[in-house]
Amino acid sequence: MFGLDNMDLSRIQFAYTVSVHFIFVPLTIGLSLLMAIMETIYVKTGKEIYKQMVQFWAILFAMNFAMGVATGVPMEFQFGTNWSYYAHYVGDVFGSPLAIEGLMAFFLEATFIGLFFFGWNKLSKVQHATVTWLVFLGSNFSAIWILIANGWMQNPIGAYFNLDTMRMEMDDFWAVVLNPAAQYRFLHTLTASYILGSVFVIGVSSLYLLRGKNIEFAKRSIMVAAVVGIISTIATAIAGDMQGKLVHKTQHAKMAAVEAIWETEEFPAGVTLFALPSQSGEKNFFEVRIPKALGMLVGDEVKGIKDVRKDYESRIRSGLIAYDALNKYKADKTNEQARATFEAHVADLGYALLLFRNLTDITQATDQDIQMAAASSMPKVAPLFFSFRLMVGLGVFFLVFFTTVYVMTIRNTYVKSKFMQYVALWIIPLPWFAIFAGWFVAEYGRQPWVIQDILPTFRAASHLSSATVFSSLLGFFIIYTCLVIVDAILMVKQVKKGPENTNNSAN
Amino acid sequence: MLDYEILRIIWWLLLGTLLIGYAIMDGFDLGVATLLPFIAKTEEEKRVLIHTIEPYWEGNQIWLVLGGGAIFAAWPAVYAVSFSGMYLALCLVLVALILRPVSFAFRNKYESETWKGFWSYTHFVSGFLPALLTGVAVGNVIIGLPFKIDPLYLSITYHGSFFDLLNPFALLCGLVSLSMIVMQGSIYTALKTEGVLAERSKNIAKYAGLILLVLYAIGAVFTAFFVKGYVITSKIVTDGPSNPMYKTVEQGVGVWFHNFRDMPWIILAPVLVIAGVLLMLKFSKANRMPCALVSSSMAIFGVVATAGLIMFPFILPSSYDLASSLTVWDASSSKLTLTIMLVVTVIFLPIVLLYTAWVFRVLRGKVKPDTIEEKY
Repeated sequence: MFGLDNMDLSRIQFAYTVSVHFIFVPLTIGLSLLMAIMETIYVKTGKEIYKQMVQFWAILFAMNFAMGVATGVPMEFQFGTNWSYYAHYVGDVFGSPLAIEGLMAFFLEATFIGLFFFGWNKLSKVQHATVTWLVFLGSNFSAIWILIANGWMQNPIGAYFNLDTMRMEMDDFWAVVLNPAAQYRFLHTLTASYILGSVFVIGVSSLYLLRGKNIEFAKRSIMVAAVVGIISTIATAIAGDMQGKLVHKTQHAKMAAVEAIWETEEFPAGVTLFALPSQSGEKNFFEVRIPKALGMLVGDEVKGIKDVRKDYESRIRSGLIAYDALNKYKADKTNEQARATFEAHVADLGYALLLFRNLTDITQATDQDIQMAAASSMPKVAPLFFSFRLMVGLGVFFLVFFTTVYVMTIRNTYVKSKFMQYVALWIIPLPWFAIFAGWFVAEYGRQPWVIQDILPTFRAASHLSSATVFSSLLGFFIIYTCLVIVDAILMVKQVKKGPENTNNSAN
Repeated sequence: MLDYEILRIIWWLLLGTLLIGYAIMDGFDLGVATLLPFIAKTEEEKRVLIHTIEPYWEGNQIWLVLGGGAIFAAWPAVYAVSFSGMYLALCLVLVALILRPVSFAFRNKYESETWKGFWSYTHFVSGFLPALLTGVAVGNVIIGLPFKIDPLYLSITYHGSFFDLLNPFALLCGLVSLSMIVMQGSIYTALKTEGVLAERSKNIAKYAGLILLVLYAIGAVFTAFFVKGYVITSKIVTDGPSNPMYKTVEQGVGVWFHNFRDMPWIILAPVLVIAGVLLMLKFSKANRMPCALVSSSMAIFGVVATAGLIMFPFILPSSYDLASSLTVWDASSSKLTLTIMLVVTVIFLPIVLLYTAWVFRVLRGKVKPDTIEEKY
């Protein structure tokens, strides 16, 4: 279909559906924290305005939570529908965090969300605030487990390849759970969501200031959000730095691409501030660099793309030895020598699988095939390089923004500054840009792997016809687009209605 | 540490528990949504009906999400084969699951008859489709799916189309599932509402229960005389590696009834179905709705258990390449994964049940038109 095969279409479908899903998720994670804080202030001070704040933000929360749930279930299903070889190959490791997510997080979140909305008159103040915190906890727990799953795709530790079952199996649960790739990512993602929630709350509140209504409501909302925003931005940066160091150790190709480094640099490597990378020439046309700065951050040499490519070539060769031994062992289960050879090279087995992109019988691979496979496995530098800089640039901007808002609110000048209020309103979409840029670096930067060093993406797809996948992709596209538009219109309507017209019923 | 064999049986039981939990709990939501156009005539009645499930449906639906996750974690091969094989059917279920949350969230946001009418319709679709299609899927599993597993790399190919799934036996199973969900939903509505809504619901519950019994009996006859069952003919290794290609399988009409001979106690499942429906009818007549709900749930338990027990140890037989069939003994996760997941389940499932019960308790009572709270 349009020159795209089943795997391409499945990738587009996954990327599209997960992107739409992640419009809503960080907003609900961020808002749930702000709501819980506001309600705690309400319980402590007894000021009705804080309850009103919780209830207003909760309406916006509710619509987006619904969208998050609606677009979330298809994510879980797609591992089976579109990526069945993946599901078989790593389900023993990857399935567990998903199941635990359901048991520990989704139930908590989904059960208490009903009580949150319909329990105001049936619970005491403290009980209700507890319920709000449980909803917050549920959404955060869910992030932990899904990021443990994702972290394992980036840094697959605590597992081994089982020859009898022909798949990866877990041998150390705690390694999978405490995987630094998961834990740093968790911190980074959560705090980024809090940034997003804070920018959203400040932006919407500023709209009220611009219109001269709900002044008290807006001022207090802004204050809470600015404080949360400052703390979160700093935490996001720290977690991002830790992630960077890990990527430097475990994902050389991604690191080189993000920094547009073609030739390996001795310690201490420089930081490229700006460059125009040329993929085919394997160099930068133009670059602005700070010498030694990256070396200070990662504390070691940084491999360039050219050397990474050579590593790939030698690992493909080693992987072929493993593959050959695997076939010998399969033909004769008593062949202990084949088994030993396999065990010695199993870490590179995934690299041999890269050859399947162009060959059906990879044991016949020539030197040229190997070089080609290695070359085509190198990440595209420009998109990764620029996305990363977009993310970091926005992060710096948010810190400046939150600090300015905070100082101006303390001095009571924010209410008077139309300029800042307009800025706050118009930057509402920016955190989404930062988040998507970050995820793009993480996921696109991992290609051609679906599981780093273990399983190439193209090997993971189900055997489906491209027409079948195209029809589901089209279906998702139509439904999601309609729903996103409806959700956006309703949000705007609700925001315009404002908190003063919200509190109509028995509350 | 438990034996691999015991762990596999426990996880097979847990899989059943989750599916039954889904059918019973989400049965409320699916049933009410399916009934929406039939028992609620006025806008006020519609709002009452929707509100009977509004505070709970999200929690109830997690049984399905968790079911999916647990199959992925404990039975990865089953997850891979069934989800990719029944691709388009699964996508249709997904459409329903996408429409459901937004139907709740969007319906009351505009005061317009067309707007509300549209979201009432999506409510119906979101209940009806999964109720029917889950049964169709189970029906296809009972007769076997046309898949093949490559013996060397265990990659899966599927050799059927969407329309092959819509065969008579599978459709019959779909109707069994639909009538059981409608029964559950209507009893739940009768419990949570009063007056004319409750009366209409009870009436529907009666018919749904009777239809369920008739269809279930027809299904049994079909299974005994027309459907080819599966049996492992090689030596059964219960604690071997999870590789389905180490066994041989044969097929024969009536084989699915052999388990009644080998494990006579499984007759309890059909007994539970019949007793559940009859008790439901009796309690519903006596207006003892909580008891009727328990009875209806018992019947659901019986129906799901029947499907699982007659197939044991098969989970997902293959009609295309018999040896590729997935069984309890060769489609599970590793021993370590099953152990860890069991520990997690033993700790968290009781906690989930406790707080779910608490939430239902706090929000107990009949839904009346004048006491419906909007989400503000």
